[in-house]
This record gives sequence, structure tokens and C-alpha cells, in this order.
Amino acid sequence: MSLSQAETVAVAPEETGGSLGRDAWRRLRRNPVAIAGALLVTLFVVVALLAPWLAPYPPDKPVGQVTPVSIPGPSAEHWFGLDDLGRDEFTRVLWGARWSLVIGVVSLLLGMAGGLLLGLLAGAFGGWVDGVVMRVVDMMLSVPGLLFAIGVAAMLGSGLDAVMIAIAVVNMPIFARLLRGQMLAQRRSDYVLAATSVGVRRRRIVLGHILPNSLTPVIVQGTLTLATAIVDAAGLAFLGLSSNDPSIPEWGRMLADTQRYLSSAPLLAVFPGLAIVIAALGFTLLGESLREALDPKYRR
Amino acid sequence: MNTPTGPAVPGSPGGPPDGSAAPGEPLLSVRGLKVHFPIRKGVLLQRVTGYVRAVDGVDLDVGRGMTYGLVGESGCGKSTLGKAVLRLVEPTAGTVRFNGVDVAGQSREGMRRLRRHMQMVFQDPLASLDPRQSVESVLSEPLRAHGFAGDRSRRVRELLDLVGLPAGAAARYPHEFSGGQRQRVGIARAIALNPELIIADEPVSALDVSIQAQIVNLLEDLQDQLGLTYVVVAHDLAVVRHVSDVIGVMYLGALVEEASSDELYAQPLHPYTIALMSAIPIPDPEVEERRRRILLTGDLPSPVDVPPGCRFHTRCPFRQPTRCADESPDLREMRPGRKVACHWAEEIAAGAIRAAASAHDPTATEVGTPSS
Repeated sequence: MSLSQAETVAVAPEETGGSLGRDAWRRLRRNPVAIAGALLVTLFVVVALLAPWLAPYPPDKPVGQVTPVSIPGPSAEHWFGLDDLGRDEFTRVLWGARWSLVIGVVSLLLGMAGGLLLGLLAGAFGGWVDGVVMRVVDMMLSVPGLLFAIGVAAMLGSGLDAVMIAIAVVNMPIFARLLRGQMLAQRRSDYVLAATSVGVRRRRIVLGHILPNSLTPVIVQGTLTLATAIVDAAGLAFLGLSSNDPSIPEWGRMLADTQRYLSSAPLLAVFPGLAIVIAALGFTLLGESLREALDPKYRR
Repeated sequence: MNTPTGPAVPGSPGGPPDGSAAPGEPLLSVRGLKVHFPIRKGVLLQRVTGYVRAVDGVDLDVGRGMTYGLVGESGCGKSTLGKAVLRLVEPTAGTVRFNGVDVAGQSREGMRRLRRHMQMVFQDPLASLDPRQSVESVLSEPLRAHGFAGDRSRRVRELLDLVGLPAGAAARYPHEFSGGQRQRVGIARAIALNPELIIADEPVSALDVSIQAQIVNLLEDLQDQLGLTYVVVAHDLAVVRHVSDVIGVMYLGALVEEASSDELYAQPLHPYTIALMSAIPIPDPEVEERRRRILLTGDLPSPVDVPPGCRFHTRCPFRQPTRCADESPDLREMRPGRKVACHWAEEIAAGAIRAAASAHDPTATEVGTPSS
């Protein structure tokens, strides 16, 4: 043996195992806020996925008699009552989860992909690339989010695609700035210097070391952005910028459609509103507790 | 003893890199090295308003198989000097020749290849390891980067054995180790490519005192086994004395004295070194009682605003009315093997000039500690 055996140091015996992820997972499980958020998110996702089987009635056909002056409220057959066209409100709220999830996830993924690409360019190359990308990002961030989304959606012509792209575009600068900042911080760290000195090529340092170590806050931001994406989608739909198809049960649109009946059937506004709150709250709680679990500053 | 050198990396035999040095030429030769960091002000048009002169003209030679110790207060530029030699920090001026090859003239790829022969051990072992990388991955990365042809996992186990870690450590992550173990991983990474020169930047200062000796011994064992040349940067005089053959004392970005370790400790010549040495406690209560400590007054001047003349004259207890404030002393060879940057070194050594009384003022600050 090259060195005396006595020099061989025993490695800590306890099976802590794995990486930092496991540590974060443990803290997440002990946090009641995280559990509440996870339950709400699970409820939302399960409803969204299983809506066709959970819903008692078809979402797009009248199932009862309504007139503008008498819209039946909640009853044993129709838990949330009927809407202004005689469709089952409960069914429509369940199906609405499905649309919200699709719009939220697609717009999030689009925005994240675009934003991360911009952030990666700025963070990896620095210099004038960084300058140009970040000035564009600053310009985008200087316009209020929903106003910007309305502008983009209106430019693209209303429709679900337009809504998703609009929300994605609004979220892009947030991710770009976040990733770039993280990468700049990581770039100055000792392990990057160490990798450089053992001859690791720049591309591998950026993609193999700096990028993975910069992604944690992106995951947190992604969870939080899902909440705002759902709210924004509802907002755009409420303003009439979503699909024109009245058979699509979209929460924001349902809110808009029930405005006229607010005095006769106020509950029609309450149910989709509550649904939006539950979905957004779930992702916000989960995102915040993820941030706490992953951020070393909060470690106890 | 097994063969510690391991299989050579193809395309670059274990010997010196291209442009091999003339016999007798030192492995590392630094001339007039300067690293100045610009200070920028302004939002849109960033104007350079000054420079932090972290390293301000350093000459030094390190012979093959030697250990060169660099000491000085924190902020004196010793770490920056170490990084500038590897071009991990870009030098502003001066030359670094490694094995006869001009380091500054290398392209990015040339530098990447050259760094195979010169490696670094970092001060903070945890920060120097990617938290998402297992030890196996940390140690095989340099092998992969330089196209190591042999069995990588065997080489990893060999490296772990060399630094005294069990083979089972390969599957673990940095946060699962203690500080000393992490530094062993850092050292294993540094020797993975059979380098000739290792720059150790405060290799033990982040560790427990009880662990420091183990790491120092490990570095010495590896030097014997692998024929390494070290530049050890440290502020701990005891550590530097223990490991170094030659010691350079830095003050505000420049070398003020250079001598063999024994001579430097037996008779420091530069006033700054004299003050540093007088601060070392002696483990004998009677001697300690009578020990004369020279306390330096004032703070370390800012490297943005280096004093004119001798850079130490603002705090020097031996300051003379002439020359010190207006004439910058060169690092001159006072006698063979002893270099000192002081106009009055001979007179001080002969006892003709004594430290000013005010420098013994007990209320004055001790060397290296900021005044309260």
C-alpha cells in the first residue's frame, strides 16, 4: 500500500446516501405547508386527468331547463346547479381543470424553454451577448405582465394557442434573468476554476457543471409560475381573448359568461372562482415550500 | 509500495511538455508578474477609475522537486499570484515560464493541455467540488478531458488509495465527507494527471488544526512518491516553515524577502519579516515571557493606493528619514540565497538600526490583525 493504513480515514458510516435532493425531500415531507400545497395540486391534477370519468354529465350539452330569470341552484342531482345554458356547473368546473392544466403546463414549458435558452446564451457567453439579451429582457419586464399578455394575445388573434403563447412570452424574461444570474454566480465558484485547471473543456463546464447547479431556483420558479399562468389564462379568457368556442369549459370564460346573472345566480361565479384559487394556491404553496427546502439559507 | 505514477496519458509522456527546459533551468520561472484588476464606475459608460494592484511585479524561480512557500497577510496577493501562474487569472504583465514554455503565449487549447502538468489544490475543499458530482466523477473528469486510455475506474481507486481514502469513497458525494476527506479528494484530483507542479492555495487553512498535520504529511508523502514540485500559499508561518525549502514573503503584491526556510526563520532580514517572526509564540514559557514582539502600527494599506517608495514604509518600525519614502527598493541579493527588498537590510542585520520605540507600544496592533 502506498500510504500507511493508519492514514486511511474511515468515511462517515451512516447511510446518508444520495445527493442534496434527498435532504430537500426530507425537509419537504416535514413541512405542513408543503403537504397542503401538494394535496391541492394533486386534487387539481387528478380532477384534470380524470374529468371525463368523474363528471356526471356531458360538459357541452344542456341537461335541464333554464330561463334567464330562473337558473336552478345547487341540488342533489346538480351539486353546483346549472349554468345559464342549462349545463351542469359541477361537470364544467371539473372539465375546466383539464383546460387550465393544459394551458398552464404548455405555456409554462414554452416560456421556460425560451427563457432558459436566452438565459443560457447570456450566462454562457457573457460579454456583448449578455448585454443584448439582458437589455431585451429588461424591456420585456418593464411592461406589466397581464397588459403585455393582452397585447401579445390580441396581436396573435384570440384563441387558445394565442393565450398559451402570450403567457409563455410574458414568462420568458423571468426565466432568462433567473438562469443568467445563477450561472454568473456559479461561474465564479471554485469548482469551475478546478474543472478549468484539470482541463475540462468550456462547453462541458457550462453544460455539465454550471447549468445543473443553476437549475434549482428554476424549478421553484416554474412551480410558482404555473400558478400565475393559470390565473393569467383565466384573466385572458375573462377578457374574451381565449377561444370563441362556448362549449369549451374554461374557468375564466365561465366567470365572464355568468357576469350578467350575478344577481340571480351568484354561485355561478363563485364555483369557477374557487377552482382558480385552489389551483393557484396549491402551486404557490408547493413552490414556496420547495424554495425553502432547496435553499441552503433556510436549512435548519 | 505500488507504482504510484500510474499509466501515462497518451500523446503526452510523463516528462516535460514541448519546448523542454535547458538543464538547470527552474521548472517554474516568473518574471515581473503583475495582476491588476480594474475598478469600474458608472452605469452606462463604465470608466476605469483605478486598479487593484493585487500582484505588482513579482520575480521568482521554483526548482524541480522543491517546495516554494509564499507567505503574507491576507489580501497581499499571494493567492492571486498562484492563480496567475496557472492563468486561472489573466496576468496583466510579466512572463511565466513553465519548463521553458511561455505560459502567457498559449492559446486556449494549448493552455488546457499545458495545465495537465500544473495543477491546483484549493483553499475551501467543499467549494472546489461540484456538489452534484460523485467522487468517482470528480476524479475521472480530468482523465476523460485528456483522453486517458486505460481503465478509468482502476485509476480512480489508485488515486483514492494514494490519498488515503477507501475505495468505497468513489460512490459518495462531497457533502458526505469531513473537511479533511474533502481536501484529500481535491488533492487526488490534482494528482490525477501526474502533474509536475502543484500550486496549493492555503491547502489547510480551512481545516481543523487536528486535521492540518495529516494533510500536510499527505502532501509531503506525495511529493516524495511522485516527485512533485509545490508552490504552497499560506498565511500560517508554522505550516510554511514545515513544508517549504524556500520561502517568499509577500507584502502588498510584491515579494519583500526570499530565503531558504531555515535561514529565514533563523535570521529574518526584512523589517516586515522580522515583525512577522516576532509574532510567532514560542512553546517555552520562560522564553515566551522574554520574547520581544514587534507590533506593527496601522492597517495594511489598500492595494488600490500602494504607498510610494518602499511599500512597507508606512508601517515599518525601522523606517529611516531618507530613501524609504521616496525610493522603491528592489528585491536584491544581499548574499547568496538571500534576497531582500530593503534599503537598510545590512544595517538592520548588523544591529545599527533599531526598531522605533513607538513600535513596541502595547496598544499598537499586532501583525496581521486589524486595529480596533
